[in-house]
Amino acid sequence: MELADQIAQYLVSGLSTGAIYALIGIGFAIIYNSTDIINFAQGELVMLGGMFTLFSLNVLHLPLPLAILFAVAAATAVGVLFERLTIRPLKSPTPLALIIITIGGSILIRGITMMIGGKDTHAIPAFSGSEPILIGTATILPQHLWIFALTALAITANKLFFEYTITGKAMRACAVNRRAAGLVGIDVKRMVLFSFAISSALGSLAGIIVAPLTMTSYDVGIMLGLKGFCAAIIGGLSGGIGTVLGGLLLGVLESLGAGLISSGYKDAIAFIILLLILFIRPQGLFTKAQTERV
Amino acid sequence: MLEVRSLTQRFGGITALEDISFAVAKGDITGIIGPNGAGKTTLFNIVTGLYTQTAGAVLLNGKDISNLPPERLAPLGLVRTFQNIELFGTMTVLENVMLGLHTRSSSGILACMAKMPWHLREERLIRKQAYEWLDFCGISTLAEQKASNLPFGRGRFLEIARAMAVNPSIMLMDEPAAGLNNRETGELAALIRKIRAAGVTVVLVEHDMELVMDICDRIIVLNLGRKLAEGTPREIQENPAVISAYLGEG
Amino acid sequence: MLSAYREIVKFLLLVAIVLLLPLLIQEGYLLNVMVFVGIHSILALALNLLLGYAGQISLGHAGFFGLGAYISGILTATYSINPWAAMLAAATLVTLLAFIVGFPILKLKGHYLAMATLGLGIIIYIIFNEAVDHTGGPSGLSGIPNLSLGGFSFDSDLRNYYLIWTFTLVAIGLSLNLVNSRIGRALRAIHDSEVAARVMGVNARLLKVQIFALSAGLSAVAGSLYAHTMTFVAPASFGFNFSVELVTMVIIGGLASIYGSLLGAALLTVLPEMLRAFQDYDIIVYGLLLIVITMFMPGGLVKGLPGVLTALRRKAAKEESGDA
Repeated sequence: MELADQIAQYLVSGLSTGAIYALIGIGFAIIYNSTDIINFAQGELVMLGGMFTLFSLNVLHLPLPLAILFAVAAATAVGVLFERLTIRPLKSPTPLALIIITIGGSILIRGITMMIGGKDTHAIPAFSGSEPILIGTATILPQHLWIFALTALAITANKLFFEYTITGKAMRACAVNRRAAGLVGIDVKRMVLFSFAISSALGSLAGIIVAPLTMTSYDVGIMLGLKGFCAAIIGGLSGGIGTVLGGLLLGVLESLGAGLISSGYKDAIAFIILLLILFIRPQGLFTKAQTERV
Repeated sequence: MLEVRSLTQRFGGITALEDISFAVAKGDITGIIGPNGAGKTTLFNIVTGLYTQTAGAVLLNGKDISNLPPERLAPLGLVRTFQNIELFGTMTVLENVMLGLHTRSSSGILACMAKMPWHLREERLIRKQAYEWLDFCGISTLAEQKASNLPFGRGRFLEIARAMAVNPSIMLMDEPAAGLNNRETGELAALIRKIRAAGVTVVLVEHDMELVMDICDRIIVLNLGRKLAEGTPREIQENPAVISAYLGEG
Repeated sequence: MLSAYREIVKFLLLVAIVLLLPLLIQEGYLLNVMVFVGIHSILALALNLLLGYAGQISLGHAGFFGLGAYISGILTATYSINPWAAMLAAATLVTLLAFIVGFPILKLKGHYLAMATLGLGIIIYIIFNEAVDHTGGPSGLSGIPNLSLGGFSFDSDLRNYYLIWTFTLVAIGLSLNLVNSRIGRALRAIHDSEVAARVMGVNARLLKVQIFALSAGLSAVAGSLYAHTMTFVAPASFGFNFSVELVTMVIIGGLASIYGSLLGAALLTVLPEMLRAFQDYDIIVYGLLLIVITMFMPGGLVKGLPGVLTALRRKAAKEESGDA
């Protein structure tokens, strides 16, 4: 294969992983904007998406579309439960306490999944076959198309929700100024709960649509979660188009890096980018410098 | 001693301070007054290195200190106290004051870990000096108490003792009388005079007019980010612009 | 002054326990567990200086521990350098590295700091796995020599026990000295009110970086000790999970409590050994412990238990008087 063809191929796979990172990253941003919490358990919800799908396919014998719905609903329930049981009752929510609690939660979710589902890696069937489609000189899998389509759909729905619904607007108000939002009668605690629900739903969806390509197991959440966070940081934790671009950029860089430089160090790329952004442009690549985020 | 030259501070579109200039003479007690939102605390935050001004300069003994961070100002003899006292709550009263002596001791991490003799000598010395400053402020009986357990008024005096331990040549006090009862305010006035007598120039932002008129040599009035007037307490009390600014607010 | 004597008595008591413990446990397996308690204590202590006293989180300390182990391991096993020299080199290099990366990293706060240190830890971990020529990759590096003094080699469980605990006790003593000195006061001051500490002339930024470097260096020493007692290192011991385990030790024992670190390390080392039957599931226990302790006992066991005990006793007393 020619180098150009190779690069085209890397771009396709990079963009599709990037879309996944973007979805997860938006989840991080939604929670961060309404609570100032970086939810270290975000990755586990991604993992749960895949594992619940597996469960409903193999144990409940649901058809795929129903299985997906079930998985999203179940993971969302876990996310909501997590907020209710651990974050909300916290008496002194210092950053340190929140970091520790969400890490504790992520370990717990991972551990319980391992206890119930075992340590094996499982395959999930592709949504519509795995016959590669030839576009020019690059091939693309039907699953890639599913990823692009569903990601676009989820991001659009998310955008519409925040722009046009009363609840969405209330959540945006909370993100701008929580105290003021509370004073005008917005139920801030409910909005926090909603933010956990939405970001769990987005995260689990990401976990579901990527599972046919990468397989799934109890421990895929750590890396996916961290890379989603990296996407969110590149986008300046805005949750908007910046995070989408951040995810796509990260996906492509990783894919090119793995293909052209070294596959072993592929995972390091995301973290090197993460550190560089945090050191040099903590406000993200696509936002103008506002106030220093401290 | 302290000179502020054409200081301007903008936050986004809001101008908090506009072209403020004044000078504080050595040995004076200078009061800065003005209605809420006049920019008094912003001015303090710039002078003490917590904010960086949009334009203008701050000079200490002729040296430009505009862009120095707070930790560089303490060794130059400039300290401050805070409106909502900022004590080290988990530490004892004595330790709070010993922290004030931080810049007057120099043992590094390794010397501290190994308890080198010079470190122990230094530690004994700053403990003794800390007690002297507690005495100076009349709170040495509280030395072993945890700072977070002090009543608010005592906390105020501890903050002053801690600031004095830095051996300042100028001390900025942000509303020192806020939250104090009448008796404590009286004690505070006496303490501020004692601080001046010890050779420290004092600048204070204050709402308690009685206290300001009583102890200040000069007064600067700010209103809506601009300097409205400057003069002796008597001049200020008779200044029509000042009177209308205050009445206008009330 | 009285409290100073009490501190000394407490420390001497600990020394006595450490010296006499092998009279009670002579079995190699238990001694070996105690060796791990010692190494983990040094690590928890190092992290507590940063987390508990300076109030700065690190989710990458397993990386510094691993760097210490690998630098010692590679220098001795591959280049046949004297183990003591290797240990010194590892500590120096890691301290230096942490000092350099500390400047940009500690500019960050809260969640950002957590993520950055986590990222650093993972990058280090990936290097252990991928630099196969030097580290042996995922299968590890073997043939690391034991430490020895003159002709006396630390090659049995008992000898290792005394070797490790000598280091642990020295680390505890030095840390106690540090936190009760001007540096310790400055650290606690930064934690309580950074802005007031800076106004008092404390260079908060530099001090945080110095403590970060010290903490990393101490972790590297623990890493070297680990390498020379195990004579084998593999990346799996230095991953993200272990960083979290270290944070758990500190939180459980109590932030800003030197003896708490010891307790936290002991608990988290002995507990999994006791839960052997539940192999792999110990991680669930960590997760629960982290959440429960943070929610209900934010001061950790050393500070929290006495309070809980008094409350229980009071409740019992109340019930008794109610019965009467």
